[in-house]
Amino acid sequence: MPYPEMMVKPMRDDLIRLGVEELRSVADVDMALANSTGTALMFVNSVCGCAAAMARPGLAKALTGGVKPEKLYTVFAGQDLEATARARSYFGEYQPSSPSVALLKDGEVVAFVHRHEIEGRSADQLASVLTAAFETHCK
Amino acid sequence: MTGHVFHEQRDELHGITVVIHGVSGRTYVGRWHERGSRGVIMRDVAIHDPDANALPLEEWLGKQRKFGIAVQEKHMIVPNEEAAEVSLLSV
Repeated sequence: MPYPEMMVKPMRDDLIRLGVEELRSVADVDMALANSTGTALMFVNSVCGCAAAMARPGLAKALTGGVKPEKLYTVFAGQDLEATARARSYFGEYQPSSPSVALLKDGEVVAFVHRHEIEGRSADQLASVLTAAFETHCK
Repeated sequence: MTGHVFHEQRDELHGITVVIHGVSGRTYVGRWHERGSRGVIMRDVAIHDPDANALPLEEWLGKQRKFGIAVQEKHMIVPNEEAAEVSLLSV
């Protein structure tokens, strides 16, 4: 069951302030990802403190580097249910988890950071993983 | 960056994705919720049963690490007497 909107707004705002475009409907997701070309990052946001507490700051640090995806998107798991399900339909055989980060190139997932790779790690560690993926796939 | 989150802290492993090796030979991968008198309460669990899975355990675990947890049970309790060894999936 989704949390009240006023409670999750700070978590949405964390990403919007970074220039990440929030996708809140199926149509939004399809507009962003269907037939997409180039590189796009999809951050699956979460209220979970066990992992999300470091996920958003980790993304923020990664985006300070010189190389980054051309497009930045987010959906909010547990909140915007249909949009999140649609976004996951673009992830191929990668299983749902939240928070998580998918990096797509020409519509295909080329890197994926699962929740289990975020748990217990610092924002700097996640930033390093994301930066390496950006360097590999976004140049 | 507010770092704003919900979730009260429970025990050290709460919310962490773990691998539980069972004395039965089955292996459970999922998020640790808490350990109670009946066992370990887990969320979003995949189970490897050596009698039923085509993949050997290490190969199966590698697939869970790479592609994420192929959830079979949303909630389950692994009895304390079954939970022989616990490790982190990400290690």
